[in-house]
Amino acid sequence: MRDHPLVQLTLARMREFYREPEAIFWVFGFPIVLAFALGIAFRNRGPGELRVAVLRGAGDSVLAAALARAPGLTAALLDSSEARLQLRTGRVALLVVPGDPVVYRYDSTRTESRLARLEADAVVQRARGRSDPARVTDQRVTEPGSRYIDFLIPGLLGMNLMGSGLWGVGFSVVQARTKKLLKRFMATPMRRSHYLLSFILSRLVFLFLEVAALVGFGWWMFHVGVRGSFAAVAAITVLGALSFAGLGMLVASRARTVEAVSGLMNLVMLPMWILSGTFFSYARFPDAMQPLVKALPLTALNDALRAVMIDGSRLGELGAPLGIVTAWGLVSFVVALQIFRWR
Amino acid sequence: MSPPAPPIRCAGLTKRYADVIAVAGLDLTVNTRECFGLLGPNGAGKTTTIEILEGLTAPDRGEVEILGMRWTRGSSTRALRERLGIQLQDTQLAEKLTVEETVRLFRSFYRAAHSVEEVLGLVGLEEKRTAWVGKLSGGQKQRLAVACALVSRPELLFLDEPTTGLDPQSRRQLWEVIGRFRAAGGTVLLTTHYMEEAERLCDRVAIMDHGKVIALGTPRSLIASLGAEHVVEFALADGAARAPSPAELAGLPGVRAVRPGVDRTALTVAEVHRAVPALLGLLERRGAELSLLATHHATLEDVFVSLTGRHLRDA
Repeated sequence: MRDHPLVQLTLARMREFYREPEAIFWVFGFPIVLAFALGIAFRNRGPGELRVAVLRGAGDSVLAAALARAPGLTAALLDSSEARLQLRTGRVALLVVPGDPVVYRYDSTRTESRLARLEADAVVQRARGRSDPARVTDQRVTEPGSRYIDFLIPGLLGMNLMGSGLWGVGFSVVQARTKKLLKRFMATPMRRSHYLLSFILSRLVFLFLEVAALVGFGWWMFHVGVRGSFAAVAAITVLGALSFAGLGMLVASRARTVEAVSGLMNLVMLPMWILSGTFFSYARFPDAMQPLVKALPLTALNDALRAVMIDGSRLGELGAPLGIVTAWGLVSFVVALQIFRWR
Repeated sequence: MSPPAPPIRCAGLTKRYADVIAVAGLDLTVNTRECFGLLGPNGAGKTTTIEILEGLTAPDRGEVEILGMRWTRGSSTRALRERLGIQLQDTQLAEKLTVEETVRLFRSFYRAAHSVEEVLGLVGLEEKRTAWVGKLSGGQKQRLAVACALVSRPELLFLDEPTTGLDPQSRRQLWEVIGRFRAAGGTVLLTTHYMEEAERLCDRVAIMDHGKVIALGTPRSLIASLGAEHVVEFALADGAARAPSPAELAGLPGVRAVRPGVDRTALTVAEVHRAVPALLGLLERRGAELSLLATHHATLEDVFVSLTGRHLRDA
């Protein structure tokens, strides 16, 4: 068993990988660093306290005190020039000028300012004696899966599967070709299928570590859960890894130098980094582009991962995206086998 | 019963690349248990020839028979590969695998392979068993490459410039490895541009130039074809002005051939003890001053030079 060529080839693949500290970082460390940085930068704070300014003048302190009592507002008394400056630079959302009429000065294109105007107006109106005719109560809910980090983690997972699939396979194949190792193997009775399969097998071994590291980190640091089943996530990631391994094989099938294959990799990956909805929703692209965007393997993979992780979908509901991922992998692999340069 | 097929037989091999003819009609037969050397300068077509014989390059024309089999596609090719050991000129084995892991990988491809211990013993790398390939010296890497070729228990071993770039000690260690393989009954085809190596290891050599065999025979018979066993080289301090003519030199006793060179003149000589005093006498009469005088036993290099007018290294 241990001396089976497939086992030995796979072991060689794995050893070459884990003895390369840089490869470890890019596969395991980098996505976690990225998730951490983006998760912190875009964490959902809510609107928080809105700061409003009251212009100095008759009745200013009474008005400021009333505003300050309202939940979600803080109020400051400012001179005219200082108030203008702070309004212009966004340090206050709204400038209230006491008098009759009370004047609200704000930039209506800023969400915060419009919110502050509504809140401040309610305070002013009630202070002048308005009573609200309807009784209301608030019930606050936080829906899991609605934060940016919940969106980001499945996307990073997909992007990582693409990166390690393409690099892990493509780079090693081309390196073996430039070092004439491929030719040396061709001088033995080794079966070509064993050589190619060894890449797939070693990818699958590391895949579980990759997925576990990123999903585990998301859960530990940001409480990003998996609403669907872990088995579904596992199945999708295996499919995605195989598909990108096929694409990596295709990219590497002819290239003679590491430089050439690096260029090809970037050519393949760059559009998907941007278009496939890893960092932001691809719904932002114009309608005319949507069919193209949705046909990309990373888009389909990200959609499927998000459906399971965020919406709790089952595999059976994901026929379309999984079909796209499978088709890319199969076609790439078949074409790669036809055109592969073995020496 | 017909005698067993020779390990290597090829006829009319031709291989043309875009702008050069690498092999231009080559016939060779290598016999069982023979160590056969392809000797020639860089670019003579040695590597193309050996890779055609190894079934790694397809010839444009010509026939190849290895151990009585032909290179076709499919399972017969795999059966043939089981019986060969191949070391390629420029393979770089994976640097981050250990010696043992590398050998184990290669042995997994063969059905009747040596054990790791055996093959490391054959090449004397037992102590480097757990070292990374990247940490080995040039000579050790080369012995590992040969170990990967020997691991299949081959009947026929192909070595493409196995000692190029190695220091003399590493070279001798590899020669010993090859010697042990031959002592165990193996057949070897090797390429080299070191004449000393060919003389030392090979039963027969084919001297190649521009894709053709220009001389074939035992090292001894090729050297004997020069008609003399020694070479006397000399150079003059004041250049060509007072140099004797080739005709004068050829007339000296014991001199069989004269080869004027760029910086020195070489005489092929049957009897050094007569030729050298005569040469010194001639130069003294002309008032020419020697800047160099050297004699050596004639080598395959001298055979190559006499056939092509060029040296192996700088041809």
